[in-house]
Formats: sequence, structure tokens, C-alpha cells
Amino acid sequence: MHRGKGMKFVGDSRIRSYEKNRIPKDYSEYPGKTEAFWPNFLLKEWIIGAIFLVGYLILTVAHPSPLERQADPTDTGYIPLPDWYFLQMYQLLKYEFASGPYNIVGAIIIPGLAIGALLLMPFLDTSKERRPFKRPLPTAFMLLTLFAMIYLTWESVVNHDWDAAKAQGEIVEEAEFDTSDPGYEIYMGQSCVTCHGENFEGTPAGVPLTGTGHTPEEVADIAVNGIVKDGQQVMPADAFEGSEEELQQLAEFLSTVTQQ
Amino acid sequence: MLNKIYDWVDERLDITPIWRDIADHEVPEHVNPAHHFSAFIYCFGGLTFFVTVIQILSGMFLTMYYTPDIENAWRSVYYLQNEVAFGEIVRGMHHWGASLVIVMMFLHTLRVFFTGSYKKPRELNWMVGVLIFIVMLGLGFTGYLLPWDMKALFATKVGIEIAASVPFIGEWIKILLAGDATILGAQTLTRFFAIHVFFLPAALLGLLAAHFIMIRRQGISGPL
Repeated sequence: MHRGKGMKFVGDSRIRSYEKNRIPKDYSEYPGKTEAFWPNFLLKEWIIGAIFLVGYLILTVAHPSPLERQADPTDTGYIPLPDWYFLQMYQLLKYEFASGPYNIVGAIIIPGLAIGALLLMPFLDTSKERRPFKRPLPTAFMLLTLFAMIYLTWESVVNHDWDAAKAQGEIVEEAEFDTSDPGYEIYMGQSCVTCHGENFEGTPAGVPLTGTGHTPEEVADIAVNGIVKDGQQVMPADAFEGSEEELQQLAEFLSTVTQQ
Repeated sequence: MLNKIYDWVDERLDITPIWRDIADHEVPEHVNPAHHFSAFIYCFGGLTFFVTVIQILSGMFLTMYYTPDIENAWRSVYYLQNEVAFGEIVRGMHHWGASLVIVMMFLHTLRVFFTGSYKKPRELNWMVGVLIFIVMLGLGFTGYLLPWDMKALFATKVGIEIAASVPFIGEWIKILLAGDATILGAQTLTRFFAIHVFFLPAALLGLLAAHFIMIRRQGISGPL
């Protein structure tokens, strides 16, 4: 190893003078079926890259990337979920030995040990042996870690309420409606508005009315008879109080919202 | 014509050795899937780089529309996704690429681990690789907030709380990331944007350069 004094430079430059020519050996001097990187091997690599890209693009087109509604810091009921590769850590922090007073175990110590061991792997496993079966301890530790990561991710996925997660993040479109319609006045005057909101956006007590797809006849029926689902009255009957004509106006007005 | 230009530059800068270092070298038989199909495991690193390049390109196009501001961030993403020609594809590639890069990098790490390629003399390159892994996770974490939708905000809240639980310096890390001791808002978004678009990519490019220079210096590890 040349360090400092032993170095010779070319002329007055800072380019080192080498005893041997540093241009790589000729291909014919290598044993085995070697191949030139440029252009032979690179062209074959393109094929693998192209196949990969096709799969990638199919994934992109088949599954548009998700976008939930705009962030609302006041909505404290929202159950958060990280991206999938952090799910293992998210799950780890749910266990008793890694949460609450022991939060530091799950948040810092376990991930820190894992990353630290990975970073210092060459100095922990110093044997010359390269085959995985000839160095059982590193191999066993890695397999154990892999198993733990897969198990934690799996546990986190099966214990998550995906339907609720989808519903809580959904983008609610603002309804367009005609406030001069007599039906709107009836809607505001009746009990409908207290549960379904001034803009038909829904409240904790009533679902949004936009996009339900109900026809005027169905709306009129629901306003009078309510909704019974699985034997339970999810919307009370006789919510509407008024004349038959008003019911008709309300139903026709609301159907312009429900069809949106 | 091209040869003449090459010769003109080469005469002045002596680029032939550089070219030889980059492209003109041997690929040994044991890493060539054309000879041994099982050698496809040696493609994972290259595919990680491929996805990284796509991430950089698609990210450059995303910033043409994205606005890092709490009023407009979500709207700009919504507009990009629903109105801009091919916006859905560009955002989709960036979104799925973020996952693919983690997958390919993980597989690459496992390949290097199980072939024992991190051993002498490649210790430094392995450590640089682990740092690249950490930077990529950081890119994933900061990028998750940028669309400013519900999951972004609340996942980041949890993430920052975890960072705050680091002993002694946790509170500082939290303020450094969020821009405020209590609020996760406009400052957080601009900081995450800056970290995602400038700081971490700069670190990533430096580490990748070191990674590749070391590979060229040391060559690929021999067959098992």
C-alpha cells in the first residue's frame, strides 16, 4: 500500500505513476464464458428491464394510485396507517412489551439493533466462508428476522379493518343543487337536514345523500317508511311530515342530488 | 463524424480510460443469466437502479404540477390525477415505483447477504448500501405526506411521534422535521417537500456514485 512518501507522480501533475498498465486485461485472459458488458451483456439486460417495465406499467394502469380526501387535522377519529413497508413497525408498537412505558423498545431499540446489525454485518460475520450453510449463525439470524418481518406485516394486514379505512378516507364530492327549488325549502324545513346536512354531505347521524342513485319514487318511499336493514331500523319511519304534494316536490328535488 | 468528435475530445481529456471503466469490461459467467438461469438474482441491483431512475424522472415531472402548500397540495395532486393528460400514469409510476424500489432493494440486499458478498474487501460497499437503504426509507416516509390527504397527515403524525420518542434528541428531531413543537402543518409540508426533493436525493446520488465506483474498483464477487 502506497501512502504519501512512496507515491510517484507523472511529471509535475497529481496523476499517480503506476508501474503496471491499468487498462483492464484482454477478455481472452479471463477463464469461463465471459461476455463483454458493452454492448452484448447490456443488450440482454435491456430485455430483463423491458419485461420488468411491462409489468410495472400494467400495475400502474390497472391500479390508479390512491388519493384520499384532503387532510383535515380536526378529524381525530381517523385511524392512521403507514405505507406497507412500515406496517411491521406499526404492528410491533401494538404489543405490550413494545408500547406504553416500553415504547422505546419497539420504536428505537428493536429497529435500531436491526439496522445497526445490518450496517455492521461485515464486522460481525468475519469468517472467510461465503456459502450460507457454512455460516449457520448469520444465516439463521437473517431467516429469523425475515420471518419476524413477514409475520408482523401479515398480522397487521389481517387485523386492519380495510373497509372502514376505505370509507374514512373517501373523497366526498360536493353536491350541486338549486336552492330556489321548492323541494330545497321543504328539505330544510323538515327533519331531513339535521341528519343529512345542509349540503347533503351527511353527518354522524345520517349518510351523505349524494350518489345513492335513488329515484324520486324510492326517495318518497324512504322519507315515509324509513330504511330497514338487517332487521334494524337504520332510518326512522315517518320522518317526513307534510302533504302528498310536498313529498312529491321533495322527492323530485332530492333525486337530482342522489343521481349525482 | 462521431469518431472524429470522440478523437477530438479524447485528445484533450483522455476519456478512453473513463469509458473503459464505465462500459468496457468483462461480465463473468456466474452472474450472466444467459449461461445460468439462477443468475437472475444478480439483476436485482440493476433493477433497483432502473426504478430509481424512473423515480427521478417521474418525480421531476410531478413537480411541474405539485404545490407544497397546505391549501393547494391536495388540489394540485387531485388536478394532476384527474385532469392532466397522462397525469394519472406519471403519478402512478411514482407511487408504485416507490414500492417497487423497496422490494427490489430488499431482494438485492438478500442476494448480497446470502452470497456472502459483503465480506472482505467489500465491507465499505455493503455499508454504503445499507445507508442507501435508509435514505430510500426516508424518501418513502417524506413522500407519503406530500399528497396531503388524510392517510398522509395521520401516518406522518404517528411517524413524527415515533421520532420524538428517541431519547435525549427526540424533541429536536421532531422540531427539525415538523418545523414546530406542536403543530403538524404548513411548515411540515414544506420541510418534507424540501427533504424529499433536495436533501435526500442529493445524499442518494452521492451514495449511489460511491456504490458504483466501488463496484468498478473491486469487480463483482466471485462464484460461490
